[in-house]
Amino acid sequence: MRATCWMGRNTVEVLDVPDPQILNDRDAIVKVSSTAICGSDLHLYDGYVPEMKRGDIVGHEFMGEVVETGPGVGNLAVGDRVVVPFPIACGSCWQCDHQMFSLCENSNPNAGLAEKMWGHAPAGIFGYSHLTGGYAGGQAEYVRVPFADVGPLKVDDDSLTDEQLLFLTDVFPTGWMGAEACEIEPGDTVAVWGAGPVGQFAAASARLMGAERIVVIDRFDYRLQTALDGAGATDVLDYEKVDVRSELLEMTAGRGPDKCIDAVGLEAHHGSAPIYAYDRAKQATRSVTDRGFALRQAITSCRSGGIVSVPGVYGGFMDKFPIGSWMNRSITLKGGQTHVHRYLRTLYDVVQSGRLDPSFIITHTLSLEDAPKGYEMFKNKADDCLKVVLKP
Amino acid sequence: MGNGEGMTGAPDRIDSDRALGWAVLVLVPLGLLVALRRRRRRPTTELTAAVTVNKTPQEVYDFWRGLERLPRFMQHLESVEWLDERTTRWRAKAPMGTVGWDAELVDDVRGERIAWRSLPGATVPNEGSVDLRPAPGGRGTEVRVHLTYSVPGGRVGRGFARLLGEEPHQQVEDDLRRFKQVLETGEVVRSDGSPEGHRASRQLLQRPAQPVG
Repeated sequence: MRATCWMGRNTVEVLDVPDPQILNDRDAIVKVSSTAICGSDLHLYDGYVPEMKRGDIVGHEFMGEVVETGPGVGNLAVGDRVVVPFPIACGSCWQCDHQMFSLCENSNPNAGLAEKMWGHAPAGIFGYSHLTGGYAGGQAEYVRVPFADVGPLKVDDDSLTDEQLLFLTDVFPTGWMGAEACEIEPGDTVAVWGAGPVGQFAAASARLMGAERIVVIDRFDYRLQTALDGAGATDVLDYEKVDVRSELLEMTAGRGPDKCIDAVGLEAHHGSAPIYAYDRAKQATRSVTDRGFALRQAITSCRSGGIVSVPGVYGGFMDKFPIGSWMNRSITLKGGQTHVHRYLRTLYDVVQSGRLDPSFIITHTLSLEDAPKGYEMFKNKADDCLKVVLKP
Repeated sequence: MGNGEGMTGAPDRIDSDRALGWAVLVLVPLGLLVALRRRRRRPTTELTAAVTVNKTPQEVYDFWRGLERLPRFMQHLESVEWLDERTTRWRAKAPMGTVGWDAELVDDVRGERIAWRSLPGATVPNEGSVDLRPAPGGRGTEVRVHLTYSVPGGRVGRGFARLLGEEPHQQVEDDLRRFKQVLETGEVVRSDGSPEGHRASRQLLQRPAQPVG
C-alpha cells in the first residue's frame, strides 16, 4: 500500500510499504477514506518529538471502512464506516474504566521508553513516535486498528460527510476537552492562544458551553477571521500588533480572562524577536525541548483563581515556567492528551444535530500522494492553510 | 560451583540438569549477567517487582495458578506442565537449545499467595513468591513478585549471559507488563515498532512503525 512515511526532519515521503495485518484478535483493518495532517504532526515533521524512526508511517486523524476484523471484534463488520480515535485504548484497565482513555495502561508496548521520559507512560497513539507505542499511522491506504472493539465509532448516518466527521478523531474532541477542563460558568471570558484547528474547536466548544466572551489570539489574519466566522469567537487579538496581556486586561476591566486555553504547545512563536530568539536558541541546542511563550502568557494573564487548560502538545521540558504566578494566584493548570473515546458519541451527536459543522476548518483537500506538499503548506501557513485533508 | 551450591534450600535429591524454579526461568539467565559481573563469589540475587492489575485478587490468583499459561507472557519460557498437584516441569529457551527443570509449590493460599522452590540439585537453585493484595479503593490487585536465585559460573552462566543482555529486573518488569495485558485485555499488546510486545531490548532497537512485511 501507499503510506506517508517520516524520513527525517522536514521530510515525509509517500512510499510503498507492506499492507497491515491482523496481529491480535481484537484488531481490525480499516481502509482509509479520509485522513488529515494535525498540528501535532508538524512537531514530528519539525523534529521536536523524540523517538521517531526513519520510515515511520505517520497520521493519527483518519476514518474509513472496515475491511477485516479479528475474531475478538464483535461490534464491527466488514463494510462498516468508522471514525477512529487517535489514542489506542484497551477498554479494560483502571484508567479506561475511569474514562481516561489516553492514559490506557496497556496500549503502549513501549511504555518503558515513555516512563524514562515522562515518569509514567500514556496510551499508545497511531503514527506518533515510538514513545507512544511505535504504531503505524493513518496517512495511508490501510491501517491496523488495535482494540477495534473499543475505539472506533460506527457511523450510522450516511448523510454525514467525511469532512464533517473526520475531526471527531482528534481536533474537535481535543478542543472540546480543553474547554471542558475550564469548567465554564455563565459570564466567563475564555481566552484561547492559537487559532489552529485545536484553538478553533476550543473556541467553538467554549461557545457551545456558554462562555460569555471568547478571545482568540494568533498572528495570522486568515486564522483569526475563521475564529470569528467559523468558531464563533467574540474577539480576536493579533499578538504581533497588540500587547496581549494589556488587551485582555482592558477587555475584562483588569480581572483577566477567567479561563485560558493554550492551544499552541511546544513550538510557540513570540511577537518579540529577542524573546523568541532566546527560547528558539535554547530549543535548537536542546537545552530545552519546548518553547513556552503561550503557556507563560496564559498563566500570567489568567484571572487569579482561574483555570489554564493546555490541549497544546508539549514533549519534554520548558524554561522559565512562571511558577510564582501559578502558585501565588491559585491558578489551576490542567493538561492531557484527549480522551477521545469519552467524547466521541457526544460530539457525533453535536455534528449530527447540526449544532456545529466541523468542516469549517478545512482549507485544502489533497491526494495522499501530495502529503509532502500538504506538510510544507501547513507548516508555512502557505496559501492561508489551516487544515489539510488527504484522500488516499 | 556444581551440585549442591545450595543457596536456597537444602537439597536431598540431586537432579542436576533439571531443577530450576519457575521464576528463575525468566530471571535467572539475565541475572547471570549481572551477578557474574558484579560478584562472582556471592551468587545469590534477589529481585522484586510489582504491578497493579485491574482484576480481583482471586482472578489474578486463578490466572497465575494456571502455571501452564505463564509462557503467554514470560518471554523466555517455552512450556510448563503439571507432573502432580504440587510439582511442575518447565522448559525455557537456553543458549544451546532448551533447559528443563522441576519445581514444587511450597505455599499456595487462594487469592493471596503462591510460592515455589526449585527441587534439589537445580543448576540454578531458586525460590520465589507472588503476593496478592487488594489495592485500596477499588484499584484492583497489587501483585508483588519476589525472587531469589543463585547463579552458576562457568560455561553455562556465560552462555546465558551472552544470550540475554538485559537487566534482570527489566526482564521481570517486562513479563509483569505482559501479564497485566493478558489478564486485562486477553492479549499481548503489539505494535509495528514492537511486534513482540513490551520488551526492553526491543525498545532500544525499534522497527520502523510500518507493517511487518
